[in-house]
Amino acid sequence: MAVVFERPKAFLDVPTHYCPGCTHGIVHRLVAEVLGEMGIEGETIGVCPVGCSVMAYDYFGCDMIEAPHGRAPAVATGVKRTNPDKFVFTYQGDGDLAAIGTAETVHVATRGENIVVIFINNTIYGMTGGQMAPTTLPGQVTQTTPFGRDPQLAGYPVRVCEMLSTLTGTAFAQRVAVDSVPHIREAKKAIRKAFENQKEKRGFSIVEVLSTCPTNWGLSPLDAIKRLQDEMIPYYPLGVYKDITAEGGNK
Amino acid sequence: MERNLMKGNEALAEAAIRAGCKCFFGYPITPQTELAAYMAKRMNKAGGVFLQAESEIAAINMVLGAASTGVRAMTSSSSPGISLKSEGISYIAGSDLPAVIINVQRGGPGLGGIQPSQADYWQATKALGHGDFHLMVFAPASVQEMVDFVIKAFDRADKYRVPAMILADGLLGQMMEPVSFPEVNPEAVDKSSWAATGHKGEREHHIINSLYLQPDALQKSVVDRFERYEQIKANETDAELYLTEDCDILLCAFGATARVVKSAVNDARAMGIKAGLFRPRTLWPFPEKELNEAAKNAKKLLSVEMSMGQMIDDIKLAINCSKPVEFFGRTGGVIPTPAEVLAEIKKVGGAE
Amino acid sequence: MAKMTVITERCKGCGLCTAACPKGIVALQKEKRNKKGYFYAECTDEAACISCAMCAMMCPDCAIIVEK
Repeated sequence: MAVVFERPKAFLDVPTHYCPGCTHGIVHRLVAEVLGEMGIEGETIGVCPVGCSVMAYDYFGCDMIEAPHGRAPAVATGVKRTNPDKFVFTYQGDGDLAAIGTAETVHVATRGENIVVIFINNTIYGMTGGQMAPTTLPGQVTQTTPFGRDPQLAGYPVRVCEMLSTLTGTAFAQRVAVDSVPHIREAKKAIRKAFENQKEKRGFSIVEVLSTCPTNWGLSPLDAIKRLQDEMIPYYPLGVYKDITAEGGNK
Repeated sequence: MERNLMKGNEALAEAAIRAGCKCFFGYPITPQTELAAYMAKRMNKAGGVFLQAESEIAAINMVLGAASTGVRAMTSSSSPGISLKSEGISYIAGSDLPAVIINVQRGGPGLGGIQPSQADYWQATKALGHGDFHLMVFAPASVQEMVDFVIKAFDRADKYRVPAMILADGLLGQMMEPVSFPEVNPEAVDKSSWAATGHKGEREHHIINSLYLQPDALQKSVVDRFERYEQIKANETDAELYLTEDCDILLCAFGATARVVKSAVNDARAMGIKAGLFRPRTLWPFPEKELNEAAKNAKKLLSVEMSMGQMIDDIKLAINCSKPVEFFGRTGGVIPTPAEVLAEIKKVGGAE
Repeated sequence: MAKMTVITERCKGCGLCTAACPKGIVALQKEKRNKKGYFYAECTDEAACISCAMCAMMCPDCAIIVEK
């Protein structure tokens, strides 16, 4: 019998610390599949954030650096500028990328830094136990918005792809989701595209992945998928927000 | 050897390039901006990377990234900016990365002022970031020493895998003096056992990291690092001892202040007061052995600083409080004059 | 012949695979748990499996191998 599906080599064969049903593992696998298919695992340096994926360095087979909270884009810049022929990616959550690291995020994009950012948007701080994230939806209950996020008090959620697509340095910005097999296939294509952009030195690419956090949402894994579909996608529409290689491909 | 008249800040930059620094990440702040401006002109031509970051925080993390790949990397700033860098410096130390950080000090706290100061002594030697760690701190007192110490800092940072700081001040940074650049052959330190450069399928993946969730593992990483600190303490302390052999009163000063103090010591000697000067060139590790040697015949010590007295504690500890240690300081950007220091020598020396 | 194999010790029993299977033949164990205490997934009708690998694609833990 031929193997149809198995773990990609760049997603190391170790148990992850992620909760049951957490979609981080799916996104890790997609990144690892792309590294494997492009044959670049040995030429890649990944930068992981502070947040649930802080220990992604134990899961990716490429060389890895663990950055301070929010600073992964700056760390990646230091790596890429001194090693322009290597592939460099960051893997960041919403608190890391869109709250404490907003300045680093905006400037890595506006500089057109030739790196890939994988951005996990699950509308909550997972690692610290479920506090409000910059992406938490209005009305969403978290530990620090116990009565639901009230925009009058806590502001509005940030739409990262929309924001970054306005910057000239951004080459590619796409929002995907990992709630279903078709969407997972789309996500993989987007990640592949981002790494191909880096190969072609096109500049900054970001793939925002709508993900779940069953534990901190207080939902079963399957109900969490449903919430992603029913509540997140309407607020964070999927699609290509910017693609400098596509005619009229911008949203 | 050829000598050039150079501004301290520019000499720091040129020395770094000659020491094999391949990248500089900075953010403008007075009084060190000439350093970044010089790097902007020179670095790319020298085959390296100059990048103006969006913040001090980003700059130090770019250094972290570059250093992770085994490249000699540097950033520079002045006091408020160093506070911002402290997070990254702690991570650099915790990840066992070599890097050079320059602090051309100005007055504080807060936004403070832009005139010379030494009020970051505590920050540099005791608490530059959270956690159990040290960084090497060099204190130049001339533009030539700025050159020499930058070269040394890169070398020692690589050797011990620690961050190293040049603790200068606005006076030195802005001052012009003749300097010569020694021939530097950056010692080829082999970083292939840890650098994150892509494994090419030929080795296990390298992880640059400061996270250890298991207390025993974190303790071990810290203790191992402190064993290296012991080597640094044993091998790297450095101080100038000036007229200390027979001195009754030993003045202690570092950096630009030590130049003022040296004048006062000479004036005191001319008046028959047996004054001497102990000038630490390394602030961490503090040259305890050298201080005890310098102070062996002294009856009193007098620390002179451009701060409210931050080195004085290290002096007392080094001599185990065996002799009285007096203090004279100016702060906020005020530079002590030789006459003021001489007056203080006379006062505490009991020569009146 | 098609075959999906669950690496039971890697399975966290999240059940995402069960919803992804177009044939409805992936289910969580109701009695047996793995060493971590999770009711792991399994194929309830091997003959009906078409090796589409949708279960594996949904699996966050790479706990499913699909063969054909």
